Amino acid sequence: MGSEEVKLLGAWASPFVHRVEWALKLKGIVYEDVEENLFNKSPLLLKYNPIHTKVPVLLHAGKSISESLVIIEYIDETWKQNPILPEDPFERANARFWAKFVDEEFMEAIRQALISEGEQQEKEVKQAIEALEIIEGELKSKQKFFGGEKIGFVDIVLGWVTAWLEVVEEVAGIKVFDSQKFPSFNNWMENFVETPIIKDKLPSRDKLVLYFHKIREFSLASPTIK
Amino acid sequence: MDSSDVKVLGAWPSPFVMRPRIALNIKSVTYEFLQEGLGSKSELLLQSNPVHKKIPVLIHAQKPICESLIIVQYIDEVWSSGPTLLPSDPYDRAVARFWAAYVDDKWFPCLRGIAKAQGKETREEAIEQVKEGLVLLEGAFEKCSKGKGYFGGEKIGYLDIAVGSFLGWIRATEKMNGVKLLDEAKTPGLVGWAERFCANSAVKEVMPETEKLAEFAKILQAKFKAPPPN
Repeated sequence: MGSEEVKLLGAWASPFVHRVEWALKLKGIVYEDVEENLFNKSPLLLKYNPIHTKVPVLLHAGKSISESLVIIEYIDETWKQNPILPEDPFERANARFWAKFVDEEFMEAIRQALISEGEQQEKEVKQAIEALEIIEGELKSKQKFFGGEKIGFVDIVLGWVTAWLEVVEEVAGIKVFDSQKFPSFNNWMENFVETPIIKDKLPSRDKLVLYFHKIREFSLASPTIK
Repeated sequence: MDSSDVKVLGAWPSPFVMRPRIALNIKSVTYEFLQEGLGSKSELLLQSNPVHKKIPVLIHAQKPICESLIIVQYIDEVWSSGPTLLPSDPYDRAVARFWAAYVDDKWFPCLRGIAKAQGKETREEAIEQVKEGLVLLEGAFEKCSKGKGYFGGEKIGYLDIAVGSFLGWIRATEKMNGVKLLDEAKTPGLVGWAERFCANSAVKEVMPETEKLAEFAKILQAKFKAPPPN
Protein backbone atom coordinates (compact mmCIF):
# COMPACT_ATOMS: atom_id res chain seq x y z
CA MET A 1 0.00 0.00 0.00
CA GLY A 2 2.56 2.58 1.06
CA SER A 3 5.28 1.47 -1.34
CA GLU A 4 3.51 2.53 -4.53
CA GLU A 5 4.53 5.60 -6.47
CA VAL A 6 3.41 8.97 -5.11
CA LYS A 7 3.05 12.08 -7.29
CA LEU A 8 2.03 15.56 -6.23
CA LEU A 9 0.49 17.91 -8.77
CA GLY A 10 1.42 21.29 -7.39
CA ALA A 11 2.58 24.83 -7.96
CA TRP A 12 5.59 26.43 -6.25
CA ALA A 13 3.65 29.48 -5.06
CA SER A 14 0.65 27.66 -3.63
CA PRO A 15 0.36 27.54 0.16
CA PHE A 16 -2.10 24.65 -0.14
CA VAL A 17 0.48 22.60 -2.03
CA HIS A 18 3.11 23.36 0.60
CA ARG A 19 0.87 21.94 3.31
CA VAL A 20 0.77 18.62 1.52
CA GLU A 21 4.53 18.69 0.91
CA TRP A 22 5.14 19.24 4.62
CA ALA A 23 2.85 16.33 5.45
CA LEU A 24 4.69 14.05 2.99
CA LYS A 25 8.06 15.13 4.36
CA LEU A 26 6.94 14.60 7.96
CA LYS A 27 6.16 11.00 7.05
CA GLY A 28 9.40 10.56 5.10
CA ILE A 29 7.49 9.70 1.92
CA VAL A 30 9.34 9.85 -1.37
CA TYR A 31 7.27 11.57 -4.05
CA GLU A 32 7.53 13.17 -7.47
CA ASP A 33 6.75 16.86 -7.78
CA VAL A 34 4.80 17.76 -10.92
CA GLU A 35 4.75 21.52 -11.41
CA GLU A 36 1.52 22.93 -12.85
CA ASN A 37 1.17 26.25 -14.61
CA LEU A 38 -2.08 27.54 -13.13
CA PHE A 39 -2.64 29.89 -16.07
CA ASN A 40 -2.39 26.93 -18.45
CA LYS A 41 -3.65 23.79 -16.72
CA SER A 42 -2.35 20.44 -17.90
CA PRO A 43 -4.57 17.60 -19.17
CA LEU A 44 -3.33 15.61 -16.16
CA LEU A 45 -4.75 18.16 -13.71
CA LEU A 46 -8.03 18.45 -15.59
CA LYS A 47 -8.33 14.66 -15.62
CA TYR A 48 -7.58 14.10 -11.93
CA ASN A 49 -9.44 17.06 -10.46
CA PRO A 50 -12.29 17.72 -12.89
CA ILE A 51 -14.56 19.22 -10.23
CA HIS A 52 -12.30 22.03 -9.00
CA THR A 53 -9.31 21.90 -11.45
CA LYS A 54 -7.06 23.03 -8.59
CA VAL A 55 -3.80 22.02 -6.99
CA PRO A 56 -2.75 20.19 -4.92
CA VAL A 57 -3.74 16.77 -6.23
CA LEU A 58 -2.11 13.67 -4.79
CA LEU A 59 -1.72 10.64 -7.05
CA HIS A 60 -1.11 7.37 -5.25
CA ALA A 61 -1.50 3.79 -6.42
CA GLY A 62 -3.47 4.93 -9.45
CA LYS A 63 -5.91 7.04 -7.41
CA SER A 64 -6.25 10.79 -7.13
CA ILE A 65 -7.12 12.78 -4.02
CA SER A 66 -7.95 16.51 -4.03
CA GLU A 67 -8.45 19.26 -1.41
CA SER A 68 -5.46 19.84 0.87
CA LEU A 69 -7.17 18.95 4.16
CA VAL A 70 -8.61 15.76 2.67
CA ILE A 71 -5.19 14.87 1.25
CA ILE A 72 -3.43 15.37 4.59
CA GLU A 73 -5.91 13.10 6.37
CA TYR A 74 -5.44 10.52 3.62
CA ILE A 75 -1.66 10.70 4.07
CA ASP A 76 -2.04 10.34 7.85
CA GLU A 77 -4.28 7.29 7.50
CA THR A 78 -2.22 5.56 4.81
CA TRP A 79 1.25 6.02 6.36
CA LYS A 80 1.14 5.42 10.11
CA GLN A 81 4.57 6.76 11.18
CA ASN A 82 4.87 10.26 12.73
CA PRO A 83 1.12 10.83 13.23
CA ILE A 84 -0.15 14.24 12.12
CA LEU A 85 -3.57 14.15 13.83
CA PRO A 86 -3.87 13.37 17.55
CA GLU A 87 -5.09 9.94 18.60
CA ASP A 88 -7.74 11.01 21.06
CA PRO A 89 -11.12 11.64 19.34
CA PHE A 90 -11.79 14.88 21.22
CA GLU A 91 -8.33 16.23 20.38
CA ARG A 92 -8.84 15.17 16.76
CA ALA A 93 -12.13 17.05 16.65
CA ASN A 94 -10.34 20.11 18.05
CA ALA A 95 -7.58 19.84 15.47
CA ARG A 96 -10.12 19.60 12.65
CA PHE A 97 -12.06 22.54 14.11
CA TRP A 98 -9.02 24.81 14.20
CA ALA A 99 -7.82 23.71 10.75
CA LYS A 100 -11.24 24.66 9.35
CA PHE A 101 -11.19 27.95 11.24
CA VAL A 102 -7.74 28.85 9.90
CA ASP A 103 -8.84 28.11 6.34
CA GLU A 104 -12.28 29.67 6.31
CA GLU A 105 -11.89 32.64 8.63
CA PHE A 106 -8.24 33.62 8.38
CA MET A 107 -6.73 32.38 5.15
CA GLU A 108 -9.77 33.22 3.05
CA ALA A 109 -9.85 36.78 4.39
CA ILE A 110 -6.17 37.26 3.54
CA ARG A 111 -6.73 35.87 0.07
CA GLN A 112 -9.68 38.19 -0.48
CA ALA A 113 -7.69 41.17 0.81
CA LEU A 114 -5.02 40.40 -1.79
CA ILE A 115 -7.49 40.60 -4.66
CA SER A 116 -9.66 43.49 -3.49
CA GLU A 117 -9.37 47.18 -2.72
CA GLY A 118 -11.08 50.06 -0.94
CA GLU A 119 -13.97 49.29 1.38
CA GLN A 120 -14.11 45.62 0.42
CA GLN A 121 -10.43 45.20 1.26
CA GLU A 122 -10.87 47.00 4.60
CA LYS A 123 -13.63 44.57 5.48
CA GLU A 124 -11.39 41.57 4.73
CA VAL A 125 -8.49 43.00 6.74
CA LYS A 126 -10.78 43.53 9.73
CA GLN A 127 -11.98 39.93 9.41
CA ALA A 128 -8.38 38.66 9.20
CA ILE A 129 -7.34 40.59 12.31
CA GLU A 130 -10.32 39.29 14.28
CA ALA A 131 -9.45 35.75 13.22
CA LEU A 132 -5.82 36.26 14.21
CA GLU A 133 -6.92 37.51 17.64
CA ILE A 134 -8.80 34.26 18.14
CA ILE A 135 -5.78 32.23 16.96
CA GLU A 136 -3.57 34.21 19.36
CA GLY A 137 -5.94 33.37 22.21
CA GLU A 138 -5.81 29.68 21.36
CA LEU A 139 -2.01 29.65 21.11
CA LYS A 140 -1.56 31.15 24.58
CA SER A 141 -2.50 27.82 26.15
CA LYS A 142 -0.21 25.74 23.89
CA GLN A 143 3.35 24.73 24.69
CA LYS A 144 5.19 25.17 21.42
CA PHE A 145 2.88 24.10 18.60
CA PHE A 146 -0.81 23.28 18.21
CA GLY A 147 0.44 19.69 17.97
CA GLY A 148 2.37 19.94 21.27
CA GLU A 149 6.14 19.55 21.19
CA LYS A 150 6.09 18.67 17.49
CA ILE A 151 4.15 20.14 14.59
CA GLY A 152 0.76 18.60 13.84
CA PHE A 153 -2.31 19.08 11.66
CA VAL A 154 -3.18 22.65 12.60
CA ASP A 155 0.45 23.78 12.46
CA ILE A 156 0.76 22.42 8.92
CA VAL A 157 -2.51 24.10 7.90
CA LEU A 158 -1.51 27.46 9.41
CA GLY A 159 2.15 27.26 8.38
CA TRP A 160 1.70 29.21 5.13
CA VAL A 161 1.61 32.45 7.14
CA THR A 162 5.34 32.21 7.79
CA ALA A 163 6.14 32.88 4.13
CA TRP A 164 2.96 34.27 2.64
CA LEU A 165 1.46 36.71 5.14
CA GLU A 166 4.22 39.27 4.95
CA VAL A 167 4.23 39.07 1.15
CA VAL A 168 0.48 39.62 0.89
CA GLU A 169 0.71 42.53 3.31
CA GLU A 170 3.36 44.17 1.14
CA VAL A 171 1.67 43.51 -2.22
CA ALA A 172 -1.83 44.47 -1.07
CA GLY A 173 -0.65 47.39 1.07
CA ILE A 174 -2.30 46.11 4.24
CA LYS A 175 -1.25 45.43 7.81
CA VAL A 176 -2.55 42.45 9.73
CA PHE A 177 0.28 41.07 11.84
CA ASP A 178 1.91 43.02 14.68
CA SER A 179 4.48 41.25 16.87
CA GLN A 180 3.52 43.37 19.91
CA LYS A 181 -0.16 42.60 19.55
CA PHE A 182 0.34 38.89 18.75
CA PRO A 183 3.30 37.64 20.84
CA SER A 184 2.19 34.01 21.08
CA PHE A 185 1.60 33.89 17.34
CA ASN A 186 5.01 35.47 16.81
CA ASN A 187 6.65 32.76 18.94
CA TRP A 188 4.77 30.07 17.12
CA MET A 189 5.96 31.40 13.74
CA GLU A 190 9.59 31.50 14.90
CA ASN A 191 9.37 27.90 16.16
CA PHE A 192 7.63 26.72 13.01
CA VAL A 193 10.21 28.19 10.67
CA GLU A 194 13.01 26.55 12.66
CA THR A 195 11.58 23.05 12.12
CA PRO A 196 13.98 21.20 9.78
CA ILE A 197 11.46 19.98 7.19
CA ILE A 198 10.02 23.47 6.91
CA LYS A 199 13.28 25.39 6.80
CA ASP A 200 14.46 23.56 3.70
CA LYS A 201 11.51 24.33 1.55
CA LEU A 202 10.05 27.82 1.97
CA PRO A 203 9.66 29.63 -1.35
CA SER A 204 11.75 32.71 -2.16
CA ARG A 205 10.24 35.92 -0.84
CA ASP A 206 11.16 37.97 -3.91
CA LYS A 207 9.67 35.44 -6.29
CA LEU A 208 6.47 35.37 -4.23
CA VAL A 209 6.21 39.17 -4.22
CA LEU A 210 6.48 39.28 -8.03
CA TYR A 211 4.00 36.44 -8.46
CA PHE A 212 1.41 37.91 -6.09
CA HIS A 213 1.70 41.32 -7.73
CA LYS A 214 0.66 39.61 -10.96
CA ILE A 215 -2.27 37.87 -9.22
CA ARG A 216 -3.46 41.13 -7.67
CA GLU A 217 -3.24 43.04 -10.96
CA PHE A 218 -4.97 40.25 -12.84
CA SER A 219 -7.80 40.00 -10.25
CA LEU A 220 -8.40 43.72 -9.97
CA ALA A 221 -8.62 43.99 -13.75
CA SER A 222 -11.25 41.23 -13.98
CA PRO A 223 -13.74 41.80 -11.16
CA THR A 224 -15.87 38.77 -11.95
CA ILE A 225 -13.07 36.35 -11.07
CA LYS A 226 -13.04 35.40 -7.42
CA MET B 1 -19.02 4.89 27.02
CA ASP B 2 -21.42 6.91 29.13
CA SER B 3 -24.25 7.82 26.78
CA SER B 4 -26.41 9.42 29.45
CA ASP B 5 -24.16 12.45 29.23
CA VAL B 6 -24.78 13.36 25.60
CA LYS B 7 -26.53 16.55 24.54
CA VAL B 8 -27.14 18.11 21.15
CA LEU B 9 -27.72 21.87 20.99
CA GLY B 10 -29.72 22.61 17.89
CA ALA B 11 -32.98 23.47 16.18
CA TRP B 12 -35.37 21.19 14.30
CA PRO B 13 -35.26 22.96 10.91
CA SER B 14 -31.48 22.95 10.58
CA PRO B 15 -29.97 20.40 8.18
CA PHE B 16 -26.64 20.76 9.97
CA VAL B 17 -28.23 19.86 13.30
CA MET B 18 -29.82 16.80 11.71
CA ARG B 19 -26.41 15.35 10.96
CA PRO B 20 -25.21 14.53 14.49
CA ARG B 21 -28.74 13.38 15.41
CA ILE B 22 -28.78 10.86 12.56
CA ALA B 23 -25.26 9.71 13.50
CA LEU B 24 -26.23 9.22 17.15
CA ASN B 25 -29.36 7.33 16.09
CA ILE B 26 -27.32 4.99 13.90
CA LYS B 27 -25.03 4.32 16.87
CA SER B 28 -28.08 3.83 19.14
CA VAL B 29 -26.82 6.52 21.50
CA THR B 30 -29.49 8.29 23.52
CA TYR B 31 -29.09 12.03 23.87
CA GLU B 32 -30.87 15.09 25.12
CA PHE B 33 -31.96 17.50 22.38
CA LEU B 34 -31.80 21.10 23.57
CA GLN B 35 -33.48 23.46 21.14
CA GLU B 36 -32.39 27.03 20.56
CA GLY B 37 -35.12 29.58 19.89
CA LEU B 38 -35.15 31.43 16.57
CA GLY B 39 -33.21 34.68 16.84
CA SER B 40 -31.84 34.02 20.31
CA LYS B 41 -28.77 32.21 21.59
CA SER B 42 -28.67 30.46 24.96
CA GLU B 43 -25.90 30.89 27.52
CA LEU B 44 -24.99 27.26 27.01
CA LEU B 45 -24.53 27.79 23.26
CA LEU B 46 -22.41 30.91 23.76
CA GLN B 47 -20.25 29.09 26.26
CA SER B 48 -19.92 25.90 24.22
CA ASN B 49 -19.23 27.53 20.88
CA PRO B 50 -17.71 30.94 21.67
CA VAL B 51 -15.90 31.14 18.33
CA HIS B 52 -18.89 30.74 15.97
CA LYS B 53 -21.91 30.83 18.33
CA LYS B 54 -23.63 28.39 15.98
CA ILE B 55 -25.55 25.14 16.14
CA PRO B 56 -25.11 22.21 16.18
CA VAL B 57 -22.92 21.63 19.21
CA LEU B 58 -22.46 18.16 20.67
CA ILE B 59 -21.75 18.14 24.38
CA HIS B 60 -20.29 14.83 25.51
CA ALA B 61 -19.12 14.33 29.09
CA GLN B 62 -19.28 18.12 29.39
CA LYS B 63 -16.90 18.68 26.45
CA PRO B 64 -18.21 20.64 23.46
CA ILE B 65 -17.60 19.59 19.86
CA CYS B 66 -18.58 22.01 17.06
CA GLU B 67 -19.10 21.92 13.27
CA SER B 68 -21.55 19.28 12.05
CA LEU B 69 -19.21 17.13 9.95
CA ILE B 70 -16.52 17.24 12.61
CA ILE B 71 -19.14 16.12 15.14
CA VAL B 72 -20.19 13.21 12.90
CA GLN B 73 -16.57 12.03 12.65
CA TYR B 74 -16.18 12.37 16.41
CA ILE B 75 -19.32 10.27 16.96
CA ASP B 76 -17.95 7.63 14.60
CA GLU B 77 -14.61 7.51 16.42
CA VAL B 78 -15.95 7.50 19.98
CA TRP B 79 -18.77 4.98 19.57
CA SER B 80 -16.60 2.64 17.56
CA SER B 81 -18.50 -0.54 18.43
CA GLY B 82 -21.62 0.57 16.56
CA PRO B 83 -22.10 0.53 12.76
CA THR B 84 -19.29 2.54 11.14
CA LEU B 85 -20.09 5.80 9.41
CA LEU B 86 -16.92 6.46 7.47
CA PRO B 87 -15.63 3.78 5.09
CA SER B 88 -12.68 1.74 6.35
CA ASP B 89 -10.43 2.25 3.31
CA PRO B 90 -8.40 5.54 3.38
CA TYR B 91 -9.13 6.29 -0.27
CA ASP B 92 -12.89 5.74 0.14
CA ARG B 93 -12.73 7.98 3.21
CA ALA B 94 -10.99 10.66 1.19
CA VAL B 95 -13.68 10.45 -1.50
CA ALA B 96 -16.43 10.76 1.12
CA ARG B 97 -14.72 13.76 2.74
CA PHE B 98 -14.15 15.39 -0.64
CA TRP B 99 -17.82 15.23 -1.59
CA ALA B 100 -19.03 16.28 1.86
CA ALA B 101 -16.79 19.36 1.59
CA TYR B 102 -18.18 20.01 -1.93
CA VAL B 103 -21.76 19.86 -0.61
CA ASP B 104 -21.08 22.34 2.18
CA ASP B 105 -18.68 24.71 0.41
CA LYS B 106 -20.01 24.80 -3.15
CA TRP B 107 -23.48 23.29 -3.40
CA PHE B 108 -25.28 24.50 -0.28
CA PRO B 109 -24.59 28.21 -1.00
CA CYS B 110 -26.40 27.69 -4.33
CA LEU B 111 -29.42 26.16 -2.56
CA ARG B 112 -29.48 29.06 -0.14
CA GLY B 113 -29.12 31.36 -3.14
CA ILE B 114 -32.59 30.35 -4.36
CA ALA B 115 -34.24 31.74 -1.22
CA LYS B 116 -32.06 34.85 -1.25
CA ALA B 117 -32.61 35.62 -4.95
CA GLN B 118 -34.16 39.03 -5.49
CA GLY B 119 -35.48 38.67 -9.03
CA LYS B 120 -36.86 35.94 -11.30
CA GLU B 121 -33.67 35.72 -13.34
CA THR B 122 -31.37 35.40 -10.35
CA ARG B 123 -33.65 32.75 -8.88
CA GLU B 124 -33.64 30.73 -12.09
CA GLU B 125 -29.85 30.94 -12.29
CA ALA B 126 -29.59 29.70 -8.71
CA ILE B 127 -31.99 26.84 -9.48
CA GLU B 128 -29.85 25.85 -12.49
CA GLN B 129 -26.71 25.83 -10.35
CA VAL B 130 -28.38 23.61 -7.75
CA LYS B 131 -29.48 21.19 -10.46
CA GLU B 132 -25.98 21.10 -11.98
CA GLY B 133 -24.55 20.33 -8.57
CA LEU B 134 -27.03 17.51 -8.11
CA VAL B 135 -25.89 15.99 -11.41
CA LEU B 136 -22.34 15.97 -10.04
CA LEU B 137 -23.63 14.33 -6.87
CA GLU B 138 -25.41 11.73 -9.00
CA GLY B 139 -21.97 10.86 -10.39
CA ALA B 140 -20.57 10.65 -6.89
CA PHE B 141 -23.46 8.40 -5.88
CA GLU B 142 -22.77 6.01 -8.75
CA LYS B 143 -19.10 5.86 -7.82
CA CYS B 144 -19.46 5.54 -4.05
CA SER B 145 -22.49 3.25 -3.82
CA LYS B 146 -20.83 0.60 -6.00
CA GLY B 147 -24.26 -0.61 -7.05
CA LYS B 148 -25.74 -0.62 -3.54
CA GLY B 149 -28.41 1.61 -2.03
CA TYR B 150 -26.42 4.31 -0.24
CA PHE B 151 -23.34 6.48 -0.71
CA GLY B 152 -21.96 4.33 2.09
CA GLY B 153 -22.80 1.11 0.23
CA GLU B 154 -25.08 -1.33 2.06
CA LYS B 155 -25.85 1.12 4.84
CA ILE B 156 -26.03 4.84 5.57
CA GLY B 157 -22.63 6.45 5.96
CA TYR B 158 -20.93 9.81 6.36
CA LEU B 159 -21.70 11.07 2.88
CA ASP B 160 -25.34 9.94 3.03
CA ILE B 161 -25.68 11.99 6.20
CA ALA B 162 -23.88 14.99 4.69
CA VAL B 163 -26.06 15.10 1.56
CA GLY B 164 -29.26 13.60 2.95
CA SER B 165 -29.62 16.20 5.69
CA PHE B 166 -30.55 18.69 2.94
CA LEU B 167 -33.44 16.61 1.54
CA GLY B 168 -36.06 18.35 3.70
CA TRP B 169 -34.97 21.73 2.37
CA ILE B 170 -34.66 20.42 -1.19
CA ARG B 171 -38.28 19.28 -1.06
CA ALA B 172 -39.45 22.49 0.57
CA THR B 173 -37.64 24.53 -2.08
CA GLU B 174 -39.24 22.43 -4.83
CA LYS B 175 -42.67 23.06 -3.33
CA MET B 176 -42.19 26.80 -2.75
CA ASN B 177 -40.78 27.46 -6.21
CA GLY B 178 -42.80 24.96 -8.24
CA VAL B 179 -39.66 23.24 -9.58
CA LYS B 180 -38.16 19.79 -9.58
CA LEU B 181 -34.58 19.73 -8.33
CA LEU B 182 -34.19 15.95 -8.08
CA ASP B 183 -35.62 14.33 -11.18
CA GLU B 184 -35.86 10.84 -12.63
CA ALA B 185 -34.29 11.83 -15.92
CA LYS B 186 -31.10 13.53 -14.72
CA THR B 187 -30.59 12.11 -11.23
CA PRO B 188 -32.32 8.71 -11.12
CA GLY B 189 -29.89 7.24 -8.59
CA LEU B 190 -30.41 10.13 -6.18
CA VAL B 191 -34.21 9.93 -6.52
CA GLY B 192 -34.20 6.30 -5.36
CA TRP B 193 -31.61 7.05 -2.69
CA ALA B 194 -33.65 9.98 -1.33
CA GLU B 195 -36.69 7.75 -0.72
CA ARG B 196 -34.54 5.12 0.95
CA PHE B 197 -32.71 7.64 3.11
CA CYS B 198 -35.83 9.43 4.36
CA ALA B 199 -37.54 6.13 5.15
CA ASN B 200 -34.61 4.90 7.23
CA SER B 201 -35.38 4.56 10.94
CA ALA B 202 -32.38 6.65 11.97
CA VAL B 203 -33.56 9.52 9.77
CA LYS B 204 -37.38 9.45 9.85
CA GLU B 205 -37.88 11.03 13.26
CA VAL B 206 -35.44 13.90 12.70
CA MET B 207 -36.29 14.81 9.09
CA PRO B 208 -38.83 17.66 9.25
CA GLU B 209 -41.98 17.52 7.14
CA THR B 210 -41.88 19.51 3.93
CA GLU B 211 -45.02 21.47 4.93
CA LYS B 212 -43.52 22.55 8.22
CA LEU B 213 -40.28 23.65 6.58
CA ALA B 214 -42.16 25.67 3.95
CA GLU B 215 -44.09 27.43 6.73
CA PHE B 216 -40.89 28.03 8.63
CA ALA B 217 -39.22 29.45 5.51
CA LYS B 218 -42.06 31.99 5.20
CA ILE B 219 -41.53 33.07 8.82
CA LEU B 220 -37.79 33.43 8.19
CA GLN B 221 -38.33 35.51 5.07
CA ALA B 222 -40.74 37.84 6.85
CA LYS B 223 -38.36 38.20 9.78
CA PHE B 224 -35.40 39.09 7.57
CA LYS B 225 -37.28 41.51 5.38
CA ALA B 226 -36.99 43.98 8.25
CA PRO B 227 -33.54 45.59 8.78
CA PRO B 228 -30.95 44.06 6.43
CA PRO B 229 -29.23 41.09 8.11
CA ASN B 230 -25.51 41.25 8.99
